Amino acid sequence: MSTLVFFIAAIGALTGAIGVIALKNPYYSVLALVGHMISLAALFLLLRAEFLAAAQVIIYAGAVIVLYVFVVSYVGESAPTVGQNPGRMAALGAFACGAALVVELFIAVLGSGLQAISHDGAPYVAGFGTPAQIGTLLLTRFLAPFEIASYLLLVAAIGAVTLARRRRGLETGIEGRPPTLELADLLGLRPQGTGTMHEAGGAVEVVEP
Amino acid sequence: MSATTAAWLVLAAPLAGTIVTGALFRRLPGRSAGWLGTGAVAVSFVFALIALAKLQQSTPAHRELTSTLWTIAGSVGVDARATILVDPLSVLMICVVSGVSMLIHLYSISYLQGDRGYVRFFAYLNFFVFSMLLLVLAGNFVLLIVGWAFVGAASYMLISFWYRRTTATAAGIKAFVINVLGDIGLVLGSFFIFRHTQTFDLVASFHRAPHVFAHGSGDVTAGCLLLLLGAFAKSAQIPLHTWLADAMEGPTPVSALIHAATMVTAGVYLIARMHPLFQLAPAAGDVGAIIGCLTLLIAGTIGLAATDLKRVIAYSTMSQIGYMIMGVSVGAYTAGLFHLMTHAFFKALLFMAAGSLISAMGGTQSLDRMSGFRRALPFTFGCFIVGGLALSGVPPFSGYFSKDSILLFVAGRGGWHWALWGAGYAGAFLTALYTFRMIFRAFLGEPCPEAAELIEHGHLFHPQAPTNPANGEIEDTDVGFPGPDHVVAERAWPMRAAMGTLALLAIVGGVVAIPKSTFWLDHFLAPAFADSTLVGNASNAMLAIGLILGAVVSVGGIATAYYVWVARPGLAASIRARFAGPAALFENKWYFDELIDALVVRPGAWFGRFAQNSFERVFVNGVLIGGSTGLVRAGSALVRATQSGILRLYAGLMLVGIAGVALYFLLQS
Amino acid sequence: MSIAWYLALSALIFGLGAAGVLVRRNPIVILLCLELMLNAANLALIGFSRMWGNGDGQIFALIVVVVAACEVTVGLGIIVAMHRRRLPVDVDEMRELSG
Repeated sequence: MSTLVFFIAAIGALTGAIGVIALKNPYYSVLALVGHMISLAALFLLLRAEFLAAAQVIIYAGAVIVLYVFVVSYVGESAPTVGQNPGRMAALGAFACGAALVVELFIAVLGSGLQAISHDGAPYVAGFGTPAQIGTLLLTRFLAPFEIASYLLLVAAIGAVTLARRRRGLETGIEGRPPTLELADLLGLRPQGTGTMHEAGGAVEVVEP
Repeated sequence: MSATTAAWLVLAAPLAGTIVTGALFRRLPGRSAGWLGTGAVAVSFVFALIALAKLQQSTPAHRELTSTLWTIAGSVGVDARATILVDPLSVLMICVVSGVSMLIHLYSISYLQGDRGYVRFFAYLNFFVFSMLLLVLAGNFVLLIVGWAFVGAASYMLISFWYRRTTATAAGIKAFVINVLGDIGLVLGSFFIFRHTQTFDLVASFHRAPHVFAHGSGDVTAGCLLLLLGAFAKSAQIPLHTWLADAMEGPTPVSALIHAATMVTAGVYLIARMHPLFQLAPAAGDVGAIIGCLTLLIAGTIGLAATDLKRVIAYSTMSQIGYMIMGVSVGAYTAGLFHLMTHAFFKALLFMAAGSLISAMGGTQSLDRMSGFRRALPFTFGCFIVGGLALSGVPPFSGYFSKDSILLFVAGRGGWHWALWGAGYAGAFLTALYTFRMIFRAFLGEPCPEAAELIEHGHLFHPQAPTNPANGEIEDTDVGFPGPDHVVAERAWPMRAAMGTLALLAIVGGVVAIPKSTFWLDHFLAPAFADSTLVGNASNAMLAIGLILGAVVSVGGIATAYYVWVARPGLAASIRARFAGPAALFENKWYFDELIDALVVRPGAWFGRFAQNSFERVFVNGVLIGGSTGLVRAGSALVRATQSGILRLYAGLMLVGIAGVALYFLLQS
Repeated sequence: MSIAWYLALSALIFGLGAAGVLVRRNPIVILLCLELMLNAANLALIGFSRMWGNGDGQIFALIVVVVAACEVTVGLGIIVAMHRRRLPVDVDEMRELSG
């Protein structure tokens, strides 16, 4: 039974992966990725990682994919000059690369040094993979990575906002001069209303002295 | 103060003179540089005399003194030290060199006044004196070679003194290149000898030589022949003589000092110094004697046909050095050095007088344009006469005794040396002939315009525009060319003082070694040549024959010159027309220049062009340089291609790298 | 199923993702392919966690998910900025990283 589920999920994952790389329309690629993620969640469940399966679906298939969908909608179809086809040779070279990696990994995994993994795994202990276990581990042994990951999320969020905001105030500069940043700008008081999101959004008219 | 200390001070004085004059070269006003230089050499001369006196105070057995200041290199079997050797030979040489140099410096004080390079001249001249003294005082092969090379460099600097004259610079290069050839011989010869004696020190080398070399063996003969190569180049013997005539491009005091009295005698000194080695290699001595003999004859014939005043005197120098080389090669060391000393006196005198005459002519040196200066330049005429009589070997002037003592020794050797003896007297006849040809043509006869101006108005002739006497190019009198002043001896007391002293020495200098009568020089030099095995046992009859023959030949030569050039004015031209073949040969200097050009210069230039086109262009520039830079360029182009900015390429390269690393670890396990 | 199967599957998905990064020109799709590779790594991690029987691999996988989310955020922010400035949204056109 589990074998059957494994194969269905595996085929689903592979199909999704191939779809991501082969489909021309970016929307369809995103959808293929969703399918891939769901299959992967099934595989996680097979491996008794319940919390992670759920986390995969919620975070990945939920938030991240939604983000992709938004951006693909915003950016839209690429301009016609952006052909999706690389040259024949480049494509072959790329697949050769990928194939080489795969082959090596196969050899590594299935080769001689891996007697340790040619069994079904450790005996199942109740509570393996449950949120309780994950939570305990996160707050005891892996506290530092947990905290640092949260900092990383904060930084990424601020970064994303900064990258994507409108920057009318800085783009053209004053009277056509290129915008320069001087120490006075950093230390002194900025003119009223400048340096805010309000200004970036174009709602404040600033008259430079 | 010991003799060796005095000798070190002899060396130090001109060195200090050079350095001080060179350092202050912008600040020495007027002729003060001249007095400074002369003073330095005068100090050197004083110390040379002190060394002479101190040397004579020790017993004859202890007159070979060495003194070492520091070790230059003293490991791996090499013993190169800064050692001087003070023995009668070197003391004689330093006295002659410093004395004559002092007088020539004195002469130059007024001769070169007004020249923009005045200070530079005296710095160079002091450097030359230092180098020559180093050469003769050297106590080992290393210092000898150093002095030899320095002298060559000083000669080059002084020949090309008026450096904006292309003829002068070309002459300097020619002299230097030929002397370098001689330097090769000297260095190789020294190492040849070092290989067997295992020491650079001269005294030790001479002591070991009879033990390590078999008499007449190939090794010592080869070494001595190589040393002879050096001697021939420096002393302008056939076939390495072509540089001396061109060296007359330098100022006249330079010609007097370097190319008459001192530098060209370095070859003679070398053979005399190396006499223990030459005695083990009789073949080398024979080669020296034959070359010396050839030179004295050939140079005499060229002097007969030359028309440039200084070149006549230059060829006479070559000829007289031929006598000296012949003398020291057959073993007549004392006689050869005696002739060196007297030759220094009268040849320097002749050159000084020639300088005065050239000044009166406004810079021209052509004998064809000079005549009738007897009343215009009486003192110069007197000096020419004294020098000419000494050079021709008229008794009782010094040249007579010195030349005859050489020829006496040669006769005493016997055997095939009689040919050398005969050639020597033929050469003496030629000497008298060409010397008085020069004097009679320049001073007797109708005064030429320059002389007339001097006689009538008392004005020295000045040319409209200064010209190069060799090729007639117009020059100016700025730095790099001769100055505007022309100074004659009659109007400058330093010149008269120097010339007068030399004239006196030329007259009475022979008294120190009259053959079989006075033996001062013989006794003085005996300790240096005590180990000489070559003896010239000439009988008293031979002496009488030689003396009479010498007097007859020289007076006969003067008389013939008078007859051809003064008594019968057209006779010279008709003789020349009748013997056109030999005349052309003599006028073209026996075609030696053309021969060397065809044998050495042209093949050398062709080889250079060939090597440039075939080897250098193809291999070095093309394969090596082009190849290596091409490789680097190709490599960097390859690397640059990866920096295209295309992100996918970067990603691809990264993946290839990861795959490679994974493969590596896979293979490891 | 032995763990080897999961690991083989993970290797396949990783290879596919790598090939996709090299082949596609749209930066969004390239980011999607990066997701594929990260997911493959996650699968391998969780497989190993199951094999050893402790939760370390799962924690690692969770952190990987967090990092992937951050990276996606920033990457899409860049793409949005590119689109705002009317730059072509094509990886081959952005060559300013050349040396």
